[in-house]
Amino acid sequence: MPALTSDLALQDGPVTGRPVLEMRGIAKRYGRVAALTDVDFAVAAGEVVALVGDNGAGKSTLVKAIAGTHRIDAGQILIDGAPVSIGSPSDASALGIETVYQDLALCDNLDVVANLYLGRELRRGATTLLDHETMERRAADVIAELSAHLPVLTSPVSALSGGQRQAIAVSRAALWGSRVVLLDEPTAALGVAQTAMVYRLVRGLRDRGLAVVVISHNMADVFEVADRIVVLRLGRNAGEFDPRTSHPNDVVAAITGSTAAAAGEDLA
Amino acid sequence: MSTQTATAQVAAPVWRRLPLPRDTGSLTVVVGLVLVWVVFQTLNANFLSARNLSNLVLQIAVLGTLAIGMVIVLVLGEIDLSVGAIAGVSAAVMALAVSDHGWNAAAGIALALVVGAAIGLAHGAIITAFGIPSFIVTLAGLLVWQGVQLALVGDGGEIPIRDPFIRGIASTYVPVATGWVIVCAALVAMALVRLAVRRRRTRLGLAVPPLASELVTALVTVVLVVGVVAVLDSYFGIPWVLVFLVTLMTVCTLVMRETRLGRHLYAIGGNAEAARRSGIRVRGATVAVFVIVSAIAAAAGIIEASRQFSASNALGGGTLQLNAIAAAVIGGTSLFGGRGRVYHALLGALVVGSVQNGLDLLGQPAAIKNVATGVILIIAVIVDALGRRRRLARGSTD
Ligand SMILES: Nc1ncnc2c1ncn2[C@@H]1O[C@H](COP(=O)(O)OP(=O)(O)OP(=O)(O)O)[C@@H](O)[C@H]1O
Ligand SMILES: [Mg+2]
Repeated sequence: MPALTSDLALQDGPVTGRPVLEMRGIAKRYGRVAALTDVDFAVAAGEVVALVGDNGAGKSTLVKAIAGTHRIDAGQILIDGAPVSIGSPSDASALGIETVYQDLALCDNLDVVANLYLGRELRRGATTLLDHETMERRAADVIAELSAHLPVLTSPVSALSGGQRQAIAVSRAALWGSRVVLLDEPTAALGVAQTAMVYRLVRGLRDRGLAVVVISHNMADVFEVADRIVVLRLGRNAGEFDPRTSHPNDVVAAITGSTAAAAGEDLA
Repeated sequence: MSTQTATAQVAAPVWRRLPLPRDTGSLTVVVGLVLVWVVFQTLNANFLSARNLSNLVLQIAVLGTLAIGMVIVLVLGEIDLSVGAIAGVSAAVMALAVSDHGWNAAAGIALALVVGAAIGLAHGAIITAFGIPSFIVTLAGLLVWQGVQLALVGDGGEIPIRDPFIRGIASTYVPVATGWVIVCAALVAMALVRLAVRRRRTRLGLAVPPLASELVTALVTVVLVVGVVAVLDSYFGIPWVLVFLVTLMTVCTLVMRETRLGRHLYAIGGNAEAARRSGIRVRGATVAVFVIVSAIAAAAGIIEASRQFSASNALGGGTLQLNAIAAAVIGGTSLFGGRGRVYHALLGALVVGSVQNGLDLLGQPAAIKNVATGVILIIAVIVDALGRRRRLARGSTD
């Protein structure tokens, strides 16, 4: 059923537009571990898709395939309907795809500004010199816009709390993402207030017309923020749900596989 | 953000509000250096004489040059065990070209630098292509290039250099008037840059350090620089190698702090995977670093050959290689990557050089010098480790 997801995305239901990102028949192996097998996935502009599944279900692997950190073994990735090959992280960012990794991927020895601009440093006019001031100014604005609470932007990230580090990773994605933003368990280390902040940000990105993919283990959060829920189980598609019409128990059942047969009926 | 800065300042203890440099790591090194100088001056009244300080500058020129390259490699989170051997090979190539094949000095020097850079390119290519630790590749390089050096120098044990320009590199001094012009121009340039940065930050509404703190820094810099130049002038003047060393330091500082490459090197040293995911070309940067460090090593080899008036088969050997690493670490650069400043090389070279020079004055043998350098290295690493633990506990900035 290779085109099921995309067909669904084009029909009515929670989906708001054509898929910006579409993946067909994705497979990925780590040696003898089949992390992904024949996975279909799509997300439209202005849509928040929650990607859920048990530990080891392949969620991070799918995100890394989109982010260009891992090459896929088989399958097709389409951006705005056109097939693309994402072979490196720079390919992904060139396509407007930004990722907040599960392990954050920050440089602890660099300051907040440097982390926000990592790999995309601004330069002074035509010179090769860094434009520290403009970067710091814009970073301060982005952080303020997201109402993230950070101390001085010029202190190294190592001096910050887990939640503050998370805020930086999310801000970086918000700063650069122009098509798709992927967040791998962005609230895992956060308190109630910061979690609300991240989800406010996620909605903000959606309202800006971006396609957002959020991975989370927290059903309450998933039902709160997502327009559509995609379940992975043992590296395979295990159903899709509309949070407005389905019950968390159905999703949990699809995640654990206890009523695998019922999964996916929800949208059909 | 400004309100947060304000509260932080109110909450800070009194000593935190004084216009002192925040970089306490190098403060420790400077205190250590002063301590070393006081001790040696008490033991031998000639230690702080203009003549001996001038000698000290000449003695640390080679070590300081190598240590600058070492800081850059260490920031990347790699190491280069072959810089001494590269210095030796490059000096030998230059001496052969100039003395045996009649090349002029400029061509000979350029050839030595190109040979150094090419060796670095080979090291970097092997490290990145096969994913072998730089420790191993440059250890192999050390053996290979020492062998090549022996073969090039031949049975005589050294290739004498008669070219007056090359002989003059390490033994000529800047005329006093020219020296002051250079120094004043440099100081004015520094002040103008700081002023421009201050204006720009104010215009963009960013926090600027208190004016008092900037003025104190400027005053300390001027007093220090003028003092050093005055002392050197009371002997023969500023050695040209010092001009070279300071210029190299400035250029490398600019590269490390003001360019993308430098920023990427810190990022890779801090978290290579994060750097890769940010689209930074880790392999390219690694190769670039090994080319740079090897070219710098070649420059050190040229200076050493000029000091010896020859390229010997011992040039770059002995403890020089290890002292270069020691100097970088003593100066405050981390062995674990991501942390270090180019000026650490000069600080560390000053400490190592001062101890060796002081022990020389006291007529102590090489054995004592090696032990002393080793002990200082351990002290430096322990101080660094303790400082890092304190910083972590305090959650404060680097
Ligand atoms: N670098 C790797 N090398 C080998 N196997 C891996 C690697 N990364 C993931 N795997 C395996 O691939 C499978 C999917 O892992 P993945 O990280 O995608 O799971 P996940 O759904 O993100 O789980 P979690 O909820 O724990 O983050 C697991 O069986 C895992 O062991
Ligand atoms: Mg995961």
